Amino acid sequence: MQLLMFYLIGFFAVLSAVSMIVVRKPLNSALFLILNMICLAGLFALLNAHLIAVLQIIVYAGAIMVLVLFVIMVLNLREKDGDITVRKVAAQFVGIIVVSVVMVMVGASVDPSAISALGSASPEFGTVVGVGKTLFTDYILPFEIVSVLLLAAIIGAVILSKSKV
Amino acid sequence: MDITLIPGYQYMPELVEMMLKIVFIFTMNVGVFAPLLGYVERKQSALMQDRIGANRAAILGFTIFGLWHTMTDAIKLIAKEDFIPEGADKPLHFLAPFVAVVPALIAFAVIPFGGTYYLWGHEAHLIIADLDVGILFIFAVAGIGTYGAVIAAWASNNNWSLLGGVRTAAQMVSYEVAMGLTIVGVLMVYESLKLTEIALIQEDFFMWGIFLQPVGFLLFLACALAENKRVPFDIPEAESELIAGYFTEYSGLKFAMFWMAEFVEIVTISAILTVLFFGAWHIPFVTHDGLLSLLTSVVGADIGNLLLMFIHLAVFWGKVCFLIVFLMLIRWSLPRFRYDQIMKLGWKIILPLALVNILATGVILLVVK
Amino acid sequence: MLNQYLPIIVMIVAAAGTAIGMIVATTLIGPKKSFPDKDEPFECGVSPVHNPKSRFSISFYVIAMLFIIFDIEAVFLFPWAVIFQKLGMFGFIEMLLFIFVLAVGLVYVWRKGALEWE
Repeated sequence: MQLLMFYLIGFFAVLSAVSMIVVRKPLNSALFLILNMICLAGLFALLNAHLIAVLQIIVYAGAIMVLVLFVIMVLNLREKDGDITVRKVAAQFVGIIVVSVVMVMVGASVDPSAISALGSASPEFGTVVGVGKTLFTDYILPFEIVSVLLLAAIIGAVILSKSKV
Repeated sequence: MDITLIPGYQYMPELVEMMLKIVFIFTMNVGVFAPLLGYVERKQSALMQDRIGANRAAILGFTIFGLWHTMTDAIKLIAKEDFIPEGADKPLHFLAPFVAVVPALIAFAVIPFGGTYYLWGHEAHLIIADLDVGILFIFAVAGIGTYGAVIAAWASNNNWSLLGGVRTAAQMVSYEVAMGLTIVGVLMVYESLKLTEIALIQEDFFMWGIFLQPVGFLLFLACALAENKRVPFDIPEAESELIAGYFTEYSGLKFAMFWMAEFVEIVTISAILTVLFFGAWHIPFVTHDGLLSLLTSVVGADIGNLLLMFIHLAVFWGKVCFLIVFLMLIRWSLPRFRYDQIMKLGWKIILPLALVNILATGVILLVVK
Repeated sequence: MLNQYLPIIVMIVAAAGTAIGMIVATTLIGPKKSFPDKDEPFECGVSPVHNPKSRFSISFYVIAMLFIIFDIEAVFLFPWAVIFQKLGMFGFIEMLLFIFVLAVGLVYVWRKGALEWE
């Protein structure tokens, strides 16, 4: 059952990712990316990472993609025109080959016995309380550094968008 | 044939319970509230503006307070021509109402509409899916719902739609942040994201959210109204400026779907407010066990549980209806805010206040402990 | 115990079914008479004079960027709020620092006028 769900969601994730690249209208591309992120959230949920699954939708599908859509709307990007040249086709071909080689290498480097040796996770794993406890005790320094990172992002956003600073 | 031979038979009661709950919620939202709220809104505005209001539709001379209008409205919407303007992006034009209505319909899944009841050896929980992430699921789903308006605006090839869509998106995201922060105080007090657990603590009348988080309630109410895009936050669809905003170019049932999404959202917001701040299905000063033992002594355990379930359902939906009427009262009482005022309220008033509320709640909790 | 996500999946299917049913119904039922003047995008009776392919104010873009940043802040606050009473004073000071740094950001944005609507 779980495996079946994995293949189903995985199929849609790959399908939407491919469509996102192939489709020529920017907005349709963005929508396929949102669908892809929802599928990823489904995969997280299958792995018992409940909090990450819902944050995947809130932050990626809900927040970051809004920014992408805003860019498309504010700049009013309709259909992207451009013709297919030999160079483009060749570049895509090379890209596909490189990605496949990397994926095969990554796949070969994973030792299946190491995964099964990890054992089953505790029932608290992936829940809000479980993630919270780990984040706010063991990983407190990275958490505080995130605030500085976000502050830098705020300043960056203002400087980028305001002509007079 | 022996029923126990069917594979997975032990899940049958749970499956039946799940289907019954989903059918119940769909019936309430799509079948009862969506059509009825259109009528309530017309009738309430008529009352408040001293008009007679919807009272023309009649069968054999009976108008039943104009209630036939819910039916005539539905027939009219079904019979309308599906209009797609020239230059519109057809697939997206079809996708937009779909994206708007589906999240609105599934958000209710994590809201409990009753407690736990033991019926003839079966334990029934009146919630569709008691997820660990609880209320975050609603935020996630609401975030997806925003795209309905954006896609509609983009697909329509209309100036007013596009302007409405951009305004909608900016307003929705601004208040999504504020809404998330206002809820944090409530989570701190109840120590859970699960709406079932939050509701159970509120069995004690003095633990109701409205007493523990009064500031949080007011801020959340304002954010919820803004997320719902209703007066006084209806600038994205302000009819005097933008015709109808992002759904200007929609007609028939596709228009009705945006309309339905809005009304179902009102029901969902009222249900969230009920669970977070108004004691969910609990009657003040009456405990679950107290009422159950009283009912059990009169009619027996199973019927007692069943009766208790119906009482709690009635209390829950009664509270929800009260809040819906209250939200609609706001709509007909206040003028529309200007766009800069909406943005100022969200970023400069509600957001800082929500942060202060979090800190104040933290200090109080630390002192009390 | 059934998988906790099963009801959600059933609900999504049911909601999608309702939505698709309504879209199909409205396409099948109802008159279909179109002529050029009617097919124009609505603009109070006149032919559209302004092409909806113009650009928008940058303010909308700023709002979206600030939204992402503060949304991530909120996301950190949710798990914190749930275990706040267990963390006690330590957790409170921890979050006080976090909120303080972001409050500085908010004050900066405010003073720079990025929240003003021009």
